[in-house]
Amino acid sequence: MRIGTGLVVGAAAVALALGARPAAAATPADTFVMAKQIDDIITLDPQESFEFSGNEINANSYERVMNFDATDLVNLKPAAAESYTVSDDGKTITFKIREAKFASGAPVTAEDVAFSLQRGVKMNKSPGFILTQLGWDKDNVDKLVKALDPKTLQITITEDFGAGFVLSTLSANIASVVEKKVVLQHEKDGDLGNGWLKTNYAGSGAFTLRSWKPNESVVLEANPTFWRGAPSIKRVVIRHVPEPATQRLLLEKGDVDMARNLSADQIAGLAGNKDIIVESSPKAEVYYMALNQKDERLRNPKVRQAMRWLVDYHGMTESFLKGRFKVHQAFWPSGFAGSLTDTPFRLDVAKGKALLAEAGYPNGFEVNLDASNSYPSINVAQSVQATMGQAGIKVNIIPGEQKQVITKYRARNHQMVFLYWSPDYVDPHSNADTFTRNPDNSDNAKSKPLAWRNSWEIPELTKKTDAAARERDPEKRLQMYLELQKAVQEDSPFVIMFQAQDQPARRANVKGFVAGPFADQTFYRLVQK
Amino acid sequence: MRVLLLVLRTLGTLALTFFGLLAVTFVIGRVVPIDPVLKIVGDRALPEVYERVRQELGLHLPIWQQFLLYLQKVLAGDFGRSALTGQPVLADIARFFPATVELATAATLLGVLLGVPAGVVAAVHQGRWPDHLVRLLGLVGYSVPVFWLGLMGLVLFYAKLGWVEGPGRLGVAFEDLLEPTTGLLLVDAALAGEWEIFENALGHLILPASVLGYFSLAYISRMTRSFMLAELRQEYVTTARVKGVPEWRVVWRHALGNCMVPLVTVIALSYGSLLEGAVLTETVFAWPGLGRYITDSLFNADMNAVLGGTIVVGCVFIGLNLLSDLLYRLLDPRART
Repeated sequence: MRIGTGLVVGAAAVALALGARPAAAATPADTFVMAKQIDDIITLDPQESFEFSGNEINANSYERVMNFDATDLVNLKPAAAESYTVSDDGKTITFKIREAKFASGAPVTAEDVAFSLQRGVKMNKSPGFILTQLGWDKDNVDKLVKALDPKTLQITITEDFGAGFVLSTLSANIASVVEKKVVLQHEKDGDLGNGWLKTNYAGSGAFTLRSWKPNESVVLEANPTFWRGAPSIKRVVIRHVPEPATQRLLLEKGDVDMARNLSADQIAGLAGNKDIIVESSPKAEVYYMALNQKDERLRNPKVRQAMRWLVDYHGMTESFLKGRFKVHQAFWPSGFAGSLTDTPFRLDVAKGKALLAEAGYPNGFEVNLDASNSYPSINVAQSVQATMGQAGIKVNIIPGEQKQVITKYRARNHQMVFLYWSPDYVDPHSNADTFTRNPDNSDNAKSKPLAWRNSWEIPELTKKTDAAARERDPEKRLQMYLELQKAVQEDSPFVIMFQAQDQPARRANVKGFVAGPFADQTFYRLVQK
Repeated sequence: MRVLLLVLRTLGTLALTFFGLLAVTFVIGRVVPIDPVLKIVGDRALPEVYERVRQELGLHLPIWQQFLLYLQKVLAGDFGRSALTGQPVLADIARFFPATVELATAATLLGVLLGVPAGVVAAVHQGRWPDHLVRLLGLVGYSVPVFWLGLMGLVLFYAKLGWVEGPGRLGVAFEDLLEPTTGLLLVDAALAGEWEIFENALGHLILPASVLGYFSLAYISRMTRSFMLAELRQEYVTTARVKGVPEWRVVWRHALGNCMVPLVTVIALSYGSLLEGAVLTETVFAWPGLGRYITDSLFNADMNAVLGGTIVVGCVFIGLNLLSDLLYRLLDPRART
């Protein structure tokens, strides 16, 4: 009779299933719930984090020396610092530190700020170069970054940079202020507390970190002592929902207040829903196709020209990229100071064909294009394949996992590749440094900027890029970056096509979510429901 | 003495199996054209940072040395850190594996409780409508893609009807309220007497478990049917019927009883493959399980995590094999001697 009993139990299980109470929709009133892909987070230590999601969480839980605010995403202002003065030679900056408190209740001192910057340099993790490029290393940083008294911080750089650039780097995540005492309490084997801070918290930002469960969720709680004022909501819960279709269901059902990773067709499907609002905001990523200059055909300037006319930029942004991307043809994204917004190129097959003939390839040629096998890369690659085919260029798409594509790119083994670039901090040098600077083109070069990866030898542009970073006059400096962008736009191995746009979809009752172009400029503190 | 030899031999086989499993996984992981350093340092770190991390990971050594070093550490109980989550691999697995166990167990329960009777009924009514119905259900279960079924289930039962809770393991309101002891939410909630959490977790579990359970049902009912057909043709069945044993007893006791041995293997294997992870189901339902963990890790060439997961899955299969061996002895008197 064992089986008979089994049947009864089975029936009971089914009955239980059917009888389960209907799902309670609507999220708690004091909690902001967001569905987002957050599996890119590998650490929440701000002196280590270098991923979009991690930086976004850090931006909402730590304050930085300099920072943008939810109410002003354009003008960089002192944040953990209150004010600063620059010495006559431009190499020393003295900061007055603002009266503020850590979540623990302890005051934020110049000693904490100095420690945080020194920590970033000494640990020298992925974002370390943002500070070490100023000339700081583990041996000299204690002398060059120091607290003069509890409220005064003095930094001195040894490299030749203008103060404007230095202040920009101090708005990066790595310049977040951590509480020295708490972090050092958890130091292990001289790791400066890194092992502990990966999953814990010691900051003074708008929210405190309650928990991070990898690939599952992040929970933040309002910090009532935040110097700009306590956030409007008590709690932020970010749930990792990998599948966009699932994110959409959760949002429609009201189980989340916002979905961050909906695809274009899902957004279109939400058009008639009055409860849901979708707004586009430009992001900092620029998408480009690169031509390896080791390939004789792609080195031909006429071929590089022809390629620029064989891409259906607007056709794509009007169809499968609609809402998610806009046409942008310069390396510094729009929305920031100093961006070149001209878009001189459009699809013109006849012109492309003529240029190919001038280059000596009237019948085109066959070439490989590496692209990540996910949206939008593979879709763009297919469009490029079609339009280049009209001019006789036979493009073979080599789809791959994104990391695989980048690995090949870094080894300079590609012919053409479609990828994106996003700046590391809000200053045009962050992109110029990689697009227009290639100090050593040899195979075993120390650094591998994008120009190097495409074997583009550019001694002149490299000099100009260095000069722009040194320039002290802000107006003149931006002018120099415009010229650099113009040079890349007119003739370079880079066919820059698009700038990404974010489309967070939210319930109509949610207000005050601020999504700037930069991951670090996504702010939750004004969110209201 | 003989027992000791047997135990030693079993252990030796186990060790060899594990060694082979790890070696193959390791080599696969190292020949994928993905640079594991990239996930950690990002695409634009300074060369010295890149090089330091590469050395920390031991990637500058020849592959066999890397493997030996890894074995050494594993034997000392150190599975290393996952590059993907930044956490020790063991801590990760302790979080992801229970989620998978919970889902797979519920799914297998559904599959067995409904699949075995369905198979029996189909076999008894071979060629008539109950048989066709069961076979049709099985065919659909085999051929419909699981992510589609999962999404449709969500649209219907969660979004439209509101009968079940949505994706994830728990509602937001319950997040962080329960201290994990076993990691199985239902068990933890019951132990703590938190019946509201229990109900919520059950509401989240039902749908993904039913979707997975349907596949296991399709497989189990089909196997049960063919085992039963073979048994019902045996002479002892005819004898029993001639002796006037009631039909239900002939079918459910005599014939099904004799199917139990091969069926246990089928069920154990199907359970095992669910434990290994149902990547697509986990993705659609935002279920933080082992399958997605191993897959994501593989795509990032995060070998510590992949190997740690492989060891767990290997243990599961070996454990299930042992278990079904033991069950044979219970079910089949001939195997007891």
